[in-house]
Amino acid sequence: MKNYLIRRILQIIPVFLGILFILFFIISKAPGSITDNIMDPRMTPEMRAALQEKLDPNLPFYVKFWNWIVEALHGNFGFSNQHYKPVVDVIGANIGCTFALALTAMILSMLIGIPAGIVSATRQYSAVDNVLTVFSLAGLAFPTFFLGLLLLKVFAIDLRWFPIFGLSNATLAHAPFLTRLGDMAYHLILPAIVLGLAETASFMRYTRSSMLEVIRSDYIRTARAKGLNEKVVIYKHAFRNAMIPIVTLLGFRIPGLISGALMTETVFSLPGVGKLSVEAVNTRNYPLLLGINAMLTMTTLIATLVADVLYAVVDPRIRYD
Amino acid sequence: MTTEDKNLIEVRHLKKYFPIKGGVFSRKIGDVKAVDDVSFNIRKGKVMGLVGESGCGKSTTGRTMLKLLDPTAGEMVYDGVDIYKLSNAELKKYRTKMQIVFQDPYSSLNPRLPVYDIIGEAMLEHKVVANREEMMNRVFELMDKCGLFPEQAGRYPHQFSGGQRQRICIARALAVNPEFVVCDEAVSALDVSIQSQIINLLKDLQEDMGLTYLFISHDLSVVKFISDDVGVMYLGEIVEIGSKEQIFTHFAHPYTEALLSAAPSFDPTKRNNANRIILQGDLPSPSNPPSGCRFHTRCPFATDKCSQEVPPNVEIESGHFVRCHYAMERAEKRTSKQ
Repeated sequence: MKNYLIRRILQIIPVFLGILFILFFIISKAPGSITDNIMDPRMTPEMRAALQEKLDPNLPFYVKFWNWIVEALHGNFGFSNQHYKPVVDVIGANIGCTFALALTAMILSMLIGIPAGIVSATRQYSAVDNVLTVFSLAGLAFPTFFLGLLLLKVFAIDLRWFPIFGLSNATLAHAPFLTRLGDMAYHLILPAIVLGLAETASFMRYTRSSMLEVIRSDYIRTARAKGLNEKVVIYKHAFRNAMIPIVTLLGFRIPGLISGALMTETVFSLPGVGKLSVEAVNTRNYPLLLGINAMLTMTTLIATLVADVLYAVVDPRIRYD
Repeated sequence: MTTEDKNLIEVRHLKKYFPIKGGVFSRKIGDVKAVDDVSFNIRKGKVMGLVGESGCGKSTTGRTMLKLLDPTAGEMVYDGVDIYKLSNAELKKYRTKMQIVFQDPYSSLNPRLPVYDIIGEAMLEHKVVANREEMMNRVFELMDKCGLFPEQAGRYPHQFSGGQRQRICIARALAVNPEFVVCDEAVSALDVSIQSQIINLLKDLQEDMGLTYLFISHDLSVVKFISDDVGVMYLGEIVEIGSKEQIFTHFAHPYTEALLSAAPSFDPTKRNNANRIILQGDLPSPSNPPSGCRFHTRCPFATDKCSQEVPPNVEIESGHFVRCHYAMERAEKRTSKQ
């Protein structure tokens, strides 16, 4: 296991560099430049060119990439002109919101999706199963932005049950920590539902099909022949085996959730990385965009590694050595 | 079959139909009659063999008897009690008395449980043992009895070979001290050399512990070795049933004759047997069985009567029942030939 871990971590390095290279290439070919959003009418074309030369000198692509990598290894991911702060600081100030949102959505979707999938599988083709299937397909099919706006209109504007935007109530800025935490959770309810809905649906479908496969297997019949209670058969024997493919799903869903947060954060005006990257695209803030994508890449790679390790934990047939 | 022995199992008019659904609204459009009106008794401490070709309903019979499948109709009397009439809680007590060993030892063991849990789980569930320590001791004892190394109790099923896995399955079935064990093609998935080991193990355990078996197999030589009584199934029905001698030497049903003549022989002079009956065609569909005698479409001796009238269950000797119009004549003809 130790050797496997070391080997996997070493493998991450070339993959990470490869992805960064592709990202850097795409972003360097994107139209517009870093000075485009400086709207000062007094700025002459010469001044603009001089500024461009200073901020983003006209060097060959590979030289720029090399410089960026060297700087990144020193912890410097570039400077966000728009915020007048280093990229790392800008991301650091926003990442908490995204993680809180993604984590809430993830937990919510697992808590609902997995039990719903089990119920749906144990009562295949029943009314409950059909209703859950319709709901999950609707959940997958509904575009996030539309559902988000709909919920905002109904629950935040008409019913006034939830706040319309943001992550915190400004009047509580100096309140005790727990009050602020509660306030944050309150602000996260609607966005987490929106982000979690599609995830819930896919968790449910995966759990259902995985459970159906396991329930039909011979060892479940063996468990029944033992005279075990139906609950023990389903939860101890069937679910523990059905969990194996779900664990992989978990690993792949984490990066999906963070990129899904992009849309949700924009709709609910949450100060997170998703909203930040939309702004970065709109203002041609390429160093920031690159920084965010590098972070997402790393999250994805780590999540996959964690899923692989969890795999060995849940399935005794898998041994890494 | 002699009547002085006590019957442990009495199966009466057992039926198991699987519905066929079709159309847009998945209406029921028919039934697969996997087991259709099967009755037989198993004497306490004896082995009943059930033979027939694949798809004839042998396994379904075994599984329905233990209520692993819900019966469509009929009774399964265990020691005087019809277990189909019991509630789930009452049935649970009978689960310790009746166990099953499945065909495929690769898929019938939960891959996520260590062997001691596979074998010991049901002991705790049915309070056969008081605590985990006692459970472990009994697991070791059973593993030893079934020819496994007790020190391997912490391993997982994938770390064992096919034969060892089948030994685990047997140990698991015996864990709750059953009286009756269904061996559902228990050796068919194994290599021939391993088969003999497992059959000997099953036979030794049966003799030591006084178990009663229903031994389901399509292998006649295995059934001949282990059984006291034999039933021959064809298309959901038992066509001939009797003691081992009656079935193997005094057989009267053409299907039994065909099965026996098809079994390979070690005696070279008996090869190219002129009396061999080669059945034509495939097994008819159990959803739409042939009229009259179900075997008439493939029977070399079939007459018009066979395709029209359902044959009676004729008792040609004591305890030897044959479902054939010509059972008596065939039995007499064979005796005169001998």
